[in-house]
Amino acid sequence: MTPRSPTSSAPWLLAGPGALFFIGLVLLPLALTVILSFHAYDHSSGIQNTFTLSHYVTVLTDGYYLEIFWRTLRIAALTTIICAAIGVPEAYILSRMRDPWRSVFLLVIIGPLLVSVVVRTFGWSMLLGSQGLVNQALQLLGFAPARILYTETAIVIALVHVMLPFMVIPVWTALQKLDPMVEAAAWTLGASHFTALRRVVMPQVTLGMLSGSLIVFGLSASAFAVPALLGGRRLKMAATLVYDEYLQELNWPLGATIAIIVLVANLCIMLAYNRMIEARARRTLG
Amino acid sequence: MAFLTLEGVSKEFGTFTAVRDVNLTIEKGEFVSLLGPSGCGKTTTLQMIAGLVEPTYGRISLDGRDITREKPNRRGLGVVFQSYALFPHMTVAQNVAFGLEMRRVPTAERKERVREALALVQLSSFADRYPRQLSGGQRQRVAIARALVIAPPVLLLDEPLSNLDAKLREEMQFELRRIQRKVGTTTIMVTHDQAEALSISDRVVVMEEGRMTQVDAPYRLYEQPSNAFISSFVGKTNLLSGTWRRHGASGAVNINGTLLEASAPEMADGAQVTLSIRPEKILLREAGAGRLEGRIASRFFLGSQWLFTVETLLGTITVSAPNQGVEPPAEGTPVSLDWSPANLRVIAGTAAAA
Repeated sequence: MTPRSPTSSAPWLLAGPGALFFIGLVLLPLALTVILSFHAYDHSSGIQNTFTLSHYVTVLTDGYYLEIFWRTLRIAALTTIICAAIGVPEAYILSRMRDPWRSVFLLVIIGPLLVSVVVRTFGWSMLLGSQGLVNQALQLLGFAPARILYTETAIVIALVHVMLPFMVIPVWTALQKLDPMVEAAAWTLGASHFTALRRVVMPQVTLGMLSGSLIVFGLSASAFAVPALLGGRRLKMAATLVYDEYLQELNWPLGATIAIIVLVANLCIMLAYNRMIEARARRTLG
Repeated sequence: MAFLTLEGVSKEFGTFTAVRDVNLTIEKGEFVSLLGPSGCGKTTTLQMIAGLVEPTYGRISLDGRDITREKPNRRGLGVVFQSYALFPHMTVAQNVAFGLEMRRVPTAERKERVREALALVQLSSFADRYPRQLSGGQRQRVAIARALVIAPPVLLLDEPLSNLDAKLREEMQFELRRIQRKVGTTTIMVTHDQAEALSISDRVVVMEEGRMTQVDAPYRLYEQPSNAFISSFVGKTNLLSGTWRRHGASGAVNINGTLLEASAPEMADGAQVTLSIRPEKILLREAGAGRLEGRIASRFFLGSQWLFTVETLLGTITVSAPNQGVEPPAEGTPVSLDWSPANLRVIAGTAAAA
């Protein structure tokens, strides 16, 4: 017989530090934010000690906020779709490369993650500005200069650039697990390269694509630096709106309300998406 | 009229030659095995026929049509891969139907043909399962059904039995032959297992280091191996190096001063030769009664037979004898080895380590 007490307390002791961190840095602030969102606020005297639902009513009925939520959703969804459209073929090509090149290109893909998001975003604002490289090139080719900076296009371009590795890597991992002969088997049965990809390879990387899209969507919907620097003052997304409520308007309860609503909406969308695709993939892939 | 022909087919990967100058003609309905140790180029040869690898030189033609540069999806050959390569996200029936779908076979006919193919491999009740829910032998049969349902002119099998355990492998060998006989499809199988190749093929092609070294019926391959490598790779054998001494029509092999009578009409006097004799062709007799004296060094009971190693003047010789229900001589017993001179095979050259 082994002594009982050390074995039963060991898991708790081992998980303890992590759990404390999680409680202290995630759960506690989250609980405080939830409480804060119910506090009443007065523009002259600040946060009141009375509780109200008025912030939620304001946010959910005011067209100004709804438009920002809608824009956040649209930009995050668009970024996810573009990342999938670029990232999945990219991962496939990467998985077919031989070794020296594979390592080089993997580094190229992960490269952007090694640069601070602020620096990268400033880079894009220089490229996309009215006198930036992109516009100079357009003018050189005889096109009219385009206003890209401070539009949703600029935000999407920069977000795709930042998020691509998060799509490529899970899909690449899924492709690594694939038996390369399965694709050859499809060819010998009469499938063209394209059909083999569509009918045989793609269905098997759905789980990788699913986790990639969840990461990309979640990070894009809560992105702060990119919309703050490339969206300008007027084109706000959820995260920049929260920032403004906290630091410009000093209306902390309203900022907390928006943060909580974004969190819940994000959670709902991701869970629904996960359930929809994963259920189907699990049923066939086991 | 040859159905499938390979003429001077070679494959080079950089400076490495995987397959060199393979010439092979296969008749319609034949079951041919490519046999050889790993790395001998047999799988590459199969993949060139399947169209998955393009030959560097040479020409492959099927039923008079040159298919050397044709894409695999246009060749219409059935391939069973070593890993089976089933589509994990499709059911057994969907797997089998895939090739028919690609050929745009109408739904009703497709269903009927899938049903027939699954009946052929005795998996009718598994149509709606997924590959992961099947055993190794069942997956293998799905792979065969998937390859055969498209009615391919040639069926290519890449080590189809190597992932199965010993007992199942034996069953599937006969199953494979039964299916092939029934359908009559020309079949080429790659294997490194000589027993598998011998038991189910019409002809066996032995490959060594990218070359074809012998093409023969299994029985002739076993009895008349063309070199020392084949004689030891195909079945067990005793190899003894010596010099050929010619005496008129027949002759003898001189091994360290011991003369063993044999026949090798084409061999020149004084040539370096290797003598091959199969363990089951040697008889154990009482000391003094045979051709070569020795002492039993060890014996192994294999159920249906006994395997002895006998120390002799010429070295250690392996002998096998059927189990007759009586205990044979014990270890250490002096014995004499006897054989019929017709069973000695004289091969030119010295024995290669094989």
